[in-house]
Amino acid sequence: MSTPGSTLEQTYREDYGRIVATVIRVLGGDFAAAEEVVQEAFADALTQWPRQGIPHEPRAWVIRAARNKAVDRVRRGVRLGTRVDELEAVARIEQELAPPPDGTEWQALPDDTLRLLFTCCHPALSPEAQVALALRTLCGLTTEEIAHAFLVPPATMAQRLVRAQRKIRDAGIPYSVPEAEALGERTHGVLHTVYLVFSEGYAATDGPELLRVELCAEALRLGWLARSLLPRDAEVASLLALMLLHHARRRARVAADGGLVLLDRQDRALWDREELREGLAQLDAALALGARGPYTLQAAIAALHAQAARAEDTDWAQIAALYEKLCELSPGPVVELNRAAAVAMARGPEHGLALVDDLETSGRLTDYHLLPAARAELLRRLGRNEEAAASYRRALALVRTAPERRFLEERLRELLDVTGD
Amino acid sequence: MRYVLAIYENEKVWETLPKDEAERVMGEYMSFTESIRKSGNYTAGEALQPVATATTVRIRDGKRLTTDGPFAETKEQLGGFYLIEAENIDQAIAIASRIPSARTGSIEVRPVVDFTKQG
Repeated sequence: MSTPGSTLEQTYREDYGRIVATVIRVLGGDFAAAEEVVQEAFADALTQWPRQGIPHEPRAWVIRAARNKAVDRVRRGVRLGTRVDELEAVARIEQELAPPPDGTEWQALPDDTLRLLFTCCHPALSPEAQVALALRTLCGLTTEEIAHAFLVPPATMAQRLVRAQRKIRDAGIPYSVPEAEALGERTHGVLHTVYLVFSEGYAATDGPELLRVELCAEALRLGWLARSLLPRDAEVASLLALMLLHHARRRARVAADGGLVLLDRQDRALWDREELREGLAQLDAALALGARGPYTLQAAIAALHAQAARAEDTDWAQIAALYEKLCELSPGPVVELNRAAAVAMARGPEHGLALVDDLETSGRLTDYHLLPAARAELLRRLGRNEEAAASYRRALALVRTAPERRFLEERLRELLDVTGD
Repeated sequence: MRYVLAIYENEKVWETLPKDEAERVMGEYMSFTESIRKSGNYTAGEALQPVATATTVRIRDGKRLTTDGPFAETKEQLGGFYLIEAENIDQAIAIASRIPSARTGSIEVRPVVDFTKQG
């Protein structure tokens, strides 16, 4: 049975972003005012629903409350000089936020949510600000929740959000969907922001928690949102597929003691079958839309892992070929390192080691613990145990998260047991 | 809204440019300026003499300090600017990216304070 609390929470989770998106437009692009209005509306629901009962149409109730708050705000308004302006603004709010006819649901204008998505991810804002703004306005997370997720003090996060909102206002960042000629580039920016949220949640770069599941879930929400708003965009579908296929493995990725479990040792029974199925379906949809970008290739790699019943069934030759394409499309040392690992599986550790050595000589990944870790693993497989141990020690000197540290320590211990040190 | 498009470039590169190349870039600047005049976005624009001609003035404790050069050495120097009228930052960015120096230097897009709108 639903309680006022659970209904309210559900309405908040599902509709906060969409309601804010419309209110921002109605209030002429004022993010701060729109947030205040919608939050006050939800706060009223919090006190009134337990006393008066759950309204018949919870969402319509919140929108009506938000409309009244917005009108109040304009009437109290300090900014508006003339009575005519005030009347016009009030009329506009009342019309735009009019309750739907009886028996029909309020439909958020998809364009409003899309406007909000593109504005939050505007390239004139820093990536950190984009992420914070999207989580705050689209997902409805509190400043404290976002601060916790990114391991920064709440005051820092609050300031980041205020600055971002100020920049939107003062630099003239429009509340609009980009013109056709800029749409592709801007969509790419949106996907990058969503991916940042996901990867921050998937592999926390610092601190004790390996997985910050909430961030992954929020990134998936944003991914589904983008997918529904931009249904013909192949890269959007690819990114959603990629995130689903990775997220499906989350339970197998962390051991009971909190340690990291690599793909080849994961208990595949723990993989979320439903999510894998969804991920594969999204990848099919992306391919049908003609996808062949970096997210598509990464999703295809994840799909090949997902389709292997056991680690030894993995089609490494295909994966190595996909990584090679990925290196061409978006070259970078981390991609090259992954390619080396795949090549080692497909053609033998010595081939992988040659690529890792090239990478090391290039000096582009000097502070990245996974380079010596990968090197150590390949050396171990080649039976060069002493060199392997030295590489593990170098990786340990660079690693930052506790679970990854434990993982490396364990590998080093295994190695020393074998060699009898 | 009004925006200043500040053009930053490495002066040395500009100084060592072959004559015909420099003339070609000047020509590009002239046609760019002409195009934003026609579209109604142009308000003002100037090219500046090199940083070597700059003088910095400060008043400290009521005393005037006049020194040679800019206050900081940087790789790229302010070489000129446009003042434009644009609908929003997207339009300003689109115009900025058509400035010839965007390909070799960088353009800083800065909104101008509108004192009539300060609440």
